[in-house]
Amino acid sequence: MNIHEYQAREIFRAHGIPVPGGEVASTPEEVEAIASRLGGRVVIKAQVHAGGRGKAGGVKLATGPAEAREMASAILGMEIKGLTVLKVLVAPALDIAHEYYLGVAVDRKAGLPLIMASREGGIDIEEVAVTRPQAIVRHHFDPQAGLRAFEARQIAFAIEPDGKQAAQIAAVLQKLCVAFAAVDASLAEINPLIKTLDGEIVALDAKVNLDDNALFRHPELAALRDRSTETPDEEEARQKGLSFIKLDGEIGCVVNGAGLAMATMDLVKHFGGRPANFLDIGGSSDPEKVVTAIKIITHDPKVKAILFNIFGGITRCDDVARGLVEAVKRTQIKLPIVIRLTGTNEAEAREILKGVSGLTPATSMDEAVQKAVALAKSTGGAA
Amino acid sequence: MSILIDQNTKLVVQGITGRDGSFHARATKAYGTQVVAGVTPGKGGQSLDGIPIFNTVAEAVEKTGANTSVIYVPPAFAPDAILEAAHAGVVLVVAVTEGIPTMEMIPVVRELARMHVRLIGPNCPGLISPGKAKVGIMPGEIHRPGPVGVVSRSGTLTYEMVHQLTINGIGQSTCIGIGGDPIIGTNFMDVLPLFQADPETKAVVMIGEIGGTAEEEAAQYVKTKMTKPVVAFIAGQTAPPGKRMGHAGAIISGGKGTAAEKMRALGEAGIPVAMIPSEVGPLIRKALGL
Repeated sequence: MNIHEYQAREIFRAHGIPVPGGEVASTPEEVEAIASRLGGRVVIKAQVHAGGRGKAGGVKLATGPAEAREMASAILGMEIKGLTVLKVLVAPALDIAHEYYLGVAVDRKAGLPLIMASREGGIDIEEVAVTRPQAIVRHHFDPQAGLRAFEARQIAFAIEPDGKQAAQIAAVLQKLCVAFAAVDASLAEINPLIKTLDGEIVALDAKVNLDDNALFRHPELAALRDRSTETPDEEEARQKGLSFIKLDGEIGCVVNGAGLAMATMDLVKHFGGRPANFLDIGGSSDPEKVVTAIKIITHDPKVKAILFNIFGGITRCDDVARGLVEAVKRTQIKLPIVIRLTGTNEAEAREILKGVSGLTPATSMDEAVQKAVALAKSTGGAA
Repeated sequence: MSILIDQNTKLVVQGITGRDGSFHARATKAYGTQVVAGVTPGKGGQSLDGIPIFNTVAEAVEKTGANTSVIYVPPAFAPDAILEAAHAGVVLVVAVTEGIPTMEMIPVVRELARMHVRLIGPNCPGLISPGKAKVGIMPGEIHRPGPVGVVSRSGTLTYEMVHQLTINGIGQSTCIGIGGDPIIGTNFMDVLPLFQADPETKAVVMIGEIGGTAEEEAAQYVKTKMTKPVVAFIAGQTAPPGKRMGHAGAIISGGKGTAAEKMRALGEAGIPVAMIPSEVGPLIRKALGL
């Protein structure tokens, strides 16, 4: 789960990482009031789940409250990578002497969290990683033992020779690693971590992504989810335990398992169609999930045909068939449905679906996809 | 032969009284696996279709000689269940459970590695040596004994690939789903040497998907160390790029991880890559000289 910068800052602050003051606002009037309280120059930063905010014009510097208000009205409501800005963070502007990069993420290969640190922080850090990888210090740490003080010092001195600042960076690093483990993050990043003109080390930005699997043990973090970034369909899918991503095509896909769902989308494209969505009904299926899946897919007016590709394992084909019967009963679907069910309890499923009209059966994945593409075209879908 | 499981596998099912645990314990037994015990704390002394249930894995191992465990315990309790199995003395732990926090799995995977206990998963379908034993949730009837080893990050996509092999008249030595989580006990790089060393396995199908760099690393291994032919498929060629936040992921992978990059790395290692699942059967037939 993604959280906003202003929320990530609170996690950092709670773990003792120095962050600038500031408050979050959703109207230009609030921005003006916050800027007056802060006094002096302020930075106004769009709070959206997208990278490249600065380059998109979502981060501005204002000299005083009036200008802050003016800039906030431009930023609030603007779109960045398809997401509308509903909130801004207003923070005091600091004078930057240097920008560093600190990041922690799970490294699958090593099976450990990996710290990445660089003297060359800022917006071009990914380019640095590609062109001069030696400019990034990498160090794995054991989350049970935590990052030891000597490890933190080694990393800090590798990016900052000055003893006073290196000590501050080392302290930030240790706290960042504690925060990373404590909130079950998949990513915690400070870009940039800055040295001010006064020689203080401050986290000017804050990025934290949380492990969805761990939200059950952090209800206070689960509550940070920004519902405004989800469509009603996406929200309903998530609540019912479906993994759903809306796409642009005309063939609605209902598949069990992420790998098979992706392979099904690839095959739709291969045979000349376009998938309308990624939808994984997950393991241990209950019929209600299938009803929800059909409901969500039929909300999309572009969909011309629905394709079921189910390979039963822990998902039982008869559960899916029951859900489909229920969905047909409740929603009166007009769209053609191609259905391919193979694996666990396949015979029972076939028995259940016998009485349902309007279904096109298929035995193989190739056949199912080709039939769905053909049906979508004959009912007016463009491919 | 086969790898990791066979007729001598004696299985204990942890979480045997749950919905999934009981369903799959029965299916596993029906397939022919020696299911010697079940474990649910507090239900010791009961039984399921003649399978004795114990309160602890240690007791199950002591009384039945179980050497392999499969885990159907809910995510909040699964890490402890995995450790319990390892400390009870089994040599192979298969964690089917989906949804375990990554931070919980990191120390568990390290502890099992220190103990030299092999962990498959979590969030995986398990493994099967057709005609000998299955440990997991895959439908047994789609498999046939034969010369092809299958290793995959996916669950249902693996069944699809196995089905393709079987209808092409090609059987399998062992099929392993290694699981889709960021932190897993056994990776492609761990499985490929086992297939290379197994006299019954003549060729390998490797099924990857977008994300991470495990396929790229496996490609290097195949190129430098493997003499048996490998055929690959990568899912996610049309997956939309996610709303990526932060730079750390990109810095770790260094631009790798997309389907196109993985297919390129596999191709460069001389591994034929199927464009669609139904190409896997013909490519393997060719690799086997059939």
